Amino acid sequence: MSATSQVSPQSYNYDIVKKFTIMALVWGILGMFTGVYIAAELAWPIFNFDTPEITFGRLRPVHTTLVIFGFGGSALFATSYYIVQRTCQVRLWGELMPMYTFWGWQIAVASAAVSYMLGYTQAREYAEMVWPIDILIALTWVAYLVIYVQTLRRRSQPHIYVANWFFIAFILATAILHIVNNLAMPVGFFSLSSYSLQAGVQDAMTQWWYGHNAVGFFLTAAFLGMMYYFVPKQAGRPVYSYRLSIIHFWALIFLYMWVGAHHLHWTALPDWTSTLAATFSILLLLPSWGGMINGIMTLSGAWDRLRSDPVVRFLIVALAFYGMSTFEGPLMSLKSVNALSHYTDWTIGHVHSGALGWVAMVTFGSFYHLIPRLWETTMYSNRLINVHFYLAVTGIILYITALWFAGIGQGWMWRAFDEYGNLAYTFIETVEHLHLPYIMRTFGGLLFVFGIIVMGFNTYMTIRKSRLEKEDFEAKIAAKMAPAE
Amino acid sequence: MKHETIETNAGWLIALTLIVISIGGLAEIVPLYFLDDTVEEVKVAGVETVRPYTPLELRGRDLYQREGCYLCHSQMIRPFRDEALRYGHYSLAAESKFDHPFQWGSKRTGPDLARVGKKYSNQWHVQHLVKPRSVVPESIMPNYPWLLENKLEYKDIAARLTALKAVGVPYSETKADYEENIKRFGEETAKLLDINQAEANLVNEALANNYDGNKSDITEMDAIVAYLQVLGTMVDFKKFDDGHFATFR
Repeated sequence: MSATSQVSPQSYNYDIVKKFTIMALVWGILGMFTGVYIAAELAWPIFNFDTPEITFGRLRPVHTTLVIFGFGGSALFATSYYIVQRTCQVRLWGELMPMYTFWGWQIAVASAAVSYMLGYTQAREYAEMVWPIDILIALTWVAYLVIYVQTLRRRSQPHIYVANWFFIAFILATAILHIVNNLAMPVGFFSLSSYSLQAGVQDAMTQWWYGHNAVGFFLTAAFLGMMYYFVPKQAGRPVYSYRLSIIHFWALIFLYMWVGAHHLHWTALPDWTSTLAATFSILLLLPSWGGMINGIMTLSGAWDRLRSDPVVRFLIVALAFYGMSTFEGPLMSLKSVNALSHYTDWTIGHVHSGALGWVAMVTFGSFYHLIPRLWETTMYSNRLINVHFYLAVTGIILYITALWFAGIGQGWMWRAFDEYGNLAYTFIETVEHLHLPYIMRTFGGLLFVFGIIVMGFNTYMTIRKSRLEKEDFEAKIAAKMAPAE
Repeated sequence: MKHETIETNAGWLIALTLIVISIGGLAEIVPLYFLDDTVEEVKVAGVETVRPYTPLELRGRDLYQREGCYLCHSQMIRPFRDEALRYGHYSLAAESKFDHPFQWGSKRTGPDLARVGKKYSNQWHVQHLVKPRSVVPESIMPNYPWLLENKLEYKDIAARLTALKAVGVPYSETKADYEENIKRFGEETAKLLDINQAEANLVNEALANNYDGNKSDITEMDAIVAYLQVLGTMVDFKKFDDGHFATFR
């Protein structure tokens, strides 16, 4: 990033970035609200209302798809399209292709959500979309890759900035994972049903190779790309260590691909595979913390910004949660810990400390940097950014502590024996234990949703403000240009 | 090679990234197809006892997926003392070898279902699915009353078996396939796996067992209870020595 920009902002394609930014917030609000709703269904099953379309089993994939692919995906399209233009100092390649990726992605997310509610699903976690939607996603993704590579090739800077390495790895890996994991035989050309190519143990391995790398590449590598641009930008400091970013990049993308099988400890998957996955999971702690340190230390010399700049606060807290959950992850991948944690809400809590604490927080921070620049104004309210920050952090803390209590508690209850060597608890007694933490979790989630709604409002007002300022400006120009009487 | 070469050349960056991200998956997935011990052989008197689902069970499994049951119920018992007491023998890889896709699950908001088959009566399942809290007051499972109301859709059952055959499940289409199935699974089972008889087999099974307690219609409840009742019943562990399955994996 040289100080003198050779390309004026007017020649960048900001239109596509704006579209994806707005949709990220729309899907974020809808998806997180769905999350709160299904959390309420678990606390109070009456919320299922005997209505097939909104029962927990059908809405849960709606929640995960809207937040991962709708919110996360749109945020990644927005920021990667922005970053690749800014760091290559060239306009995004193509005009129709980027528009195609926008509509292809939005239609895929919307039709997936509707189809689950109607009962059409592949029953593969985080890959529930039926085969025609899978094809749409694959085509959209190829277009994304082409646009990205073509833009990189036209760059006016000799170096490809580190953020783009992460985005490239994310795009390539997601393409491979998506295609391999969704190989299936449709029941008919006009049927939405299909049966997966693989079965049983091999299918389980492939699905969790996909599932964990959806976390590793979609929700981690790509968001690290976001971090590598927006943290230095907002802090006004260069990345802490260039060398660390190289080691951290290659180690991260190599190691992640091995760890999926830690979701299958103690199952019918062979021991060698799950041992291998556990080993690589421990190793993964190193590049994960390398990235965290590189991000946080970028602030060194500018620590006061943490007090004065709410956007920096979002970004740094995101990195702190990233460090926390990438420590918790390897811990849970140890077979002995996993024996306790697997099948419980501890896993759900862990996912959310990553998803809310890292993915959502780093997105919010990046967006608060991005939005005023896209619309050429300042944020409508800094105070509301602060409100959002505290709502979000309180929400996350309530959420994950509730699920530690729920999950670890249930895990111990399942394996407790009485003095005669019988099981100490019936299964349903362990379900009763979940009630209070489930209420607390719903409440934590609700705070987080309030936070993103505040952000939505703040963004809306910022865009409005930008329009008013522009009109005002044009009116002034017009007045100046008007012939004197 | 200096790292600068990679940073200044998109082609290198892409090629090296592709290599680096391909290794893990290849190393862990591919061997599972070639290592003999991965899936146990389960034979009693020369006949395989783990068989593909009957047409009615298969439709039940489709509904199990449609309702997202796998999001709260696992089908994978781990080799622990508490799980043995609660659910039974730990799950074998062989028991899900015809599962496209697998339904091991990742969460137990409700109990594991890998061996739920034949533990409760059909009547109990119907009551429990329609109104779980009428049999387990503290349950947080949703009610599924529509399973009893919806007539089962089974016009495409032959197409479903054909699709499964295409991905390797031994349903029979030709005489030769059928003969092969008799050798593998015995004649009685082979008949149920015949694609040409799929619809008739489905109707007969539903009428003969009347899973939903309603004789006049074949409902979705017939299918899903048929599926639940077969879970975990295909391996009779009494017929094997204690340490037998420990030699695998």
